[in-house]
Amino acid sequence: MGIRFVLMVNKQGQTRLAQYYEYLTLEERRALEGEIVRKCLARNEQQCSFVEHRNYKIVYRRYASLFFLVGVDNEENELAILEFIHLLVETMDRHFGNVCELDIMFHLEKAHFMLEEMVMNGCIVETSKSNILSPIQLMEKAS
Amino acid sequence: MTGPSLMESLFQRSLDDLIKGLRLSPPGVEAAFIAKSVDEIRREIKSTDSQTKATALQKLTYLHSLYGVDMSWAAFPAVELSSSAVHSHKRLAFLSASLSFNPNTTDVILLLTHQLRKDFSSSNPHDVSLALSTLSSISTPDLSRDLTPDLFTLLNSSKNFVKKKAIAAILRVFEQYPEAVRVCFKRIVENLESSDMGVLSAAVGLFSELTVKEPRSYLPLAPEFYKILVDSRNNWVLIKVLKIFAKLAPLEPRLAKRIVEPICEHLRRTGAKSLEFECVNTIVTSLSEYEPAVKLAVMKIQEFLLDNDPNLKYLGLQALAIVAANHSWAVLENKDVVIKSLDDVDVNIKLEALQLVMAMVSEDNVAEICKVLISYALKSDPEFCNEILGSILSTCSRNFYDVIVDFDWYVSLLGEMSRIPHCQKGEEIETQLIDIGMRVKDVRPELVHIARGLLIDPALLGNPFIHKVLSAAAWLSGEYVEFSRNPLELMESLLQPRSCLLPPPIRAVYIQSAFKVLTFCIYSFLSSGDDTSYPSELTDSVLKGDFQESSDTATITPISDTDLDDGLNPRSSHQPTKCVSTGNGEDSVISHEQESSASLKKQQLTQKSVMDLVNLVETNLGPLAGSHEVEIQERASNVLGMIELIKPRIHSSTDESEGDKIKGELRASNMMKLMFDAFSEELGPVSVSAQERVPIPDGLVLKESLSDIEAICDDIKLPISSSFSLVRSFSMTDANTIHERPSKEEYEPSSESTSLLAEHRKRHELYYLPSENKAMISNNYPPAHERKDLAIDEPEDLVKLTKQSLDLRKKRNQAKTRPVVVKLDDGEGAHIAAKKPELNDDLISGAVREVLLGNEAASSSSRSKSSNKASKEREKNELNIDRPSESKMDVTNTVESEVGHGSSRRRKHRIDGKEKKHPSSGKEKKEHDHKDKQKSDHRHGKHKSRQRADGALNVAAQSSVIPDFLL
Repeated sequence: MGIRFVLMVNKQGQTRLAQYYEYLTLEERRALEGEIVRKCLARNEQQCSFVEHRNYKIVYRRYASLFFLVGVDNEENELAILEFIHLLVETMDRHFGNVCELDIMFHLEKAHFMLEEMVMNGCIVETSKSNILSPIQLMEKAS
Repeated sequence: MTGPSLMESLFQRSLDDLIKGLRLSPPGVEAAFIAKSVDEIRREIKSTDSQTKATALQKLTYLHSLYGVDMSWAAFPAVELSSSAVHSHKRLAFLSASLSFNPNTTDVILLLTHQLRKDFSSSNPHDVSLALSTLSSISTPDLSRDLTPDLFTLLNSSKNFVKKKAIAAILRVFEQYPEAVRVCFKRIVENLESSDMGVLSAAVGLFSELTVKEPRSYLPLAPEFYKILVDSRNNWVLIKVLKIFAKLAPLEPRLAKRIVEPICEHLRRTGAKSLEFECVNTIVTSLSEYEPAVKLAVMKIQEFLLDNDPNLKYLGLQALAIVAANHSWAVLENKDVVIKSLDDVDVNIKLEALQLVMAMVSEDNVAEICKVLISYALKSDPEFCNEILGSILSTCSRNFYDVIVDFDWYVSLLGEMSRIPHCQKGEEIETQLIDIGMRVKDVRPELVHIARGLLIDPALLGNPFIHKVLSAAAWLSGEYVEFSRNPLELMESLLQPRSCLLPPPIRAVYIQSAFKVLTFCIYSFLSSGDDTSYPSELTDSVLKGDFQESSDTATITPISDTDLDDGLNPRSSHQPTKCVSTGNGEDSVISHEQESSASLKKQQLTQKSVMDLVNLVETNLGPLAGSHEVEIQERASNVLGMIELIKPRIHSSTDESEGDKIKGELRASNMMKLMFDAFSEELGPVSVSAQERVPIPDGLVLKESLSDIEAICDDIKLPISSSFSLVRSFSMTDANTIHERPSKEEYEPSSESTSLLAEHRKRHELYYLPSENKAMISNNYPPAHERKDLAIDEPEDLVKLTKQSLDLRKKRNQAKTRPVVVKLDDGEGAHIAAKKPELNDDLISGAVREVLLGNEAASSSSRSKSSNKASKEREKNELNIDRPSESKMDVTNTVESEVGHGSSRRRKHRIDGKEKKHPSSGKEKKEHDHKDKQKSDHRHGKHKSRQRADGALNVAAQSSVIPDFLL
């Protein structure tokens, strides 16, 4: 399993989206998120975007006030994951138009749906923005 | 129950209301607000109105996912809602299921089976896709088993959108229910040739996950992967394919040869850093024997290192670390960048750089590198400083200090490290100081010198991390006091009042060392006072009972004139290292002691100075005899007791009449002699097999009820003659047999009495000297590794023995790790080892093999049906095909033995295949044909399986039918 989890966390360290691709209990999630957020948010712009934590590699990137953190296996290609994060942000940007923290807060489901289209079982399955967004657009049209 | 549903839906708070409420509530009240909302949700979720229920579930999912609210109680409402006809409700229900269901404990998952199956056959592709996503996140073995036939159908869906999702979902199903592999594997393999990017990418992704676990089973698919590697222009897909090849290439040299060029081509061509990095990674991990490729990769790494992007720099260093294992030149070429990176703002980069620097260390540059590192350690933060120190310590001590030639330098480096303010590596430094003391004889004078420097350094006492080092220093200065230039000064530093800052166990070491120093000083004073031999009768009268044996000692010990002459040189002019080499063999230490004691007599040890020394010890230790710490009290009392005995005798040597003087001095001298002998017994590292050398006493039956243990330990046991111990330096020379030891003891006149003392002392020290203790007991302590140049004075035998024992150690290590090694080497190992980690992985790969091999078997049986069209397609890959299919045959063997119960028909096919293949002269061509058959069989199989798909349920239930079904 390449990607183990995707987190979005704001500058204050509050989780804004959490998607796990393996089952962890609530306590384990809490603990993991706390540790990772502490580690990554303390780093500055001049430092690299990779942090090793437990048996994960964390690849993270900051966009405005939001941190995107992706936990991957040791086998995974870090640069590809950075591109994946960027793709995710671009996709959300296209959908919400200049995406911000509030968009994700109030449309958490949609963010999850986009992720669902992009990643299954920890594997990246879709990388085309229009393909990712088409089901959501259909759904919006229907309602 | 609840209020009317209309009221509820009218007044229900929406998710937006909830979020706004959360944002408005001040931090302290948040928890209360959440609790209140959950109460509301509990009520609302029971509603019969699906809109109300959906909103409640939506809110709960939100709270669960961001605020960690437990929602395991709401599993059933989610199942209920999943059957809603409204797509958005369904979506909500499945989302909440995939976010919150625990496959192991949520029992309502089974209730979803029917709904999922229904959605799989829905005409709306989005319903299908939703159900597939859900399945992939919550699947259980039961769910996987029941839905496998449906998945099989979906794998053939005409909609690529659905097909893609089905492939992606199937990984989890394989993990949960390996039997599914037999059903679905072929259809997935077909998709490796799909023209749709989504489908291809999903299929490649699936295989890259599968190959990580057990690469060998997927070797037969190498031609398909190769085609993708050459043809695809999608970076995501290429990265995954490269990952697959990184796993396959080490298993198959010819495959490696084949893929090197395309990979280099990608590396040259691509502008995408991620693909570039993946190519580099594949080359350095799996293709490291292809020099030109590695050169190209290192060139790219260099670009990464020089880039301003810290990410590339970090990854470059990481890749370089992998190259370093086989190609150290690559690191040396980039030395400057690496060393500069030690100063980076990012601690992750610094750590990588440090690791690389340590990989560069060799005999020639170790001093230089350590100097650089220490200077970095001095200016970095405590954490990284200790990382540096830790890696210096571990690198230098690796393999018995393999890289160290100049031990004097290394020992002083250890001293220097202890003085670094942030140093927290006291324990490791302690271990190494003592270890070196015991292993490397020639460095002892320098060690004592360093130890004294450490003892008198006031800064060290204040750093609790360094106390351990001080303990080692104290122990060294006591144990090797004969190398000291000024024992009196040493004593002062051991007794300094500030030592009361130390924890009691370490103070106890201080006191014990003071005891040794005192014994040494008094002994050398007394024995140098008069060099006439003492009459043995007198000795007997003085020391009765147990000590009778020692009379002989007295006649032997007095220093010979020649030795004295040597010793007349002032001690301070001696080069410490020279001292040892003047003597030969095991005498060197003794002559050295005599030298130093003789010169000491000349220089310092007047009666007055000894009296001062005794008084100094008495005043300092006196109060400690009443200490509350048992260790300190006991040590202090020991010393004071001895002083009490010895003091009047030293006095008497001047105050009393001639006869008494001689007698008194004699007594004292003999007593001190005994003490001194006890302490001068040399300690050394203990061989792992030391215990086996202890002879079994007569009449002791050891193996009475343990006879069966022998069978277990058989391979661990070593022949007695091949092991040796260095506990006593003199015994090293004739370590050939144990049986010689007792007779040796007889020659050694004083040894019986001393051995009593030595034993006593040993017991004592075992009890309280932690560091030494470790060295004495621990089985892990390797045999002494003395460098050849240092050990010239030792007889040839020792060198031989050392080598022998080192070899033995190596062998034994191998024996320990063998299971792992074998696992990597041959198929049998793989199948044994695979059971260990995860049963399912084994089952998956087993099934995969069977599918791929079933394929092959069929192809050889249906030779005549080959199709030309397929052969053309294949021509390109001919060379690869050759090898993988051969290794397929290897696999056949293992599988055959594994699946002994397989139908006889199948087995016959396999044997057929083998017979046809092996004696073939035009191998190439046959191989070719063979592959064609496989291709045709693909279709054949597909066709049949479609027929069977109707009765798919039986397939799942009766696994024994499945192989036939595939043919």
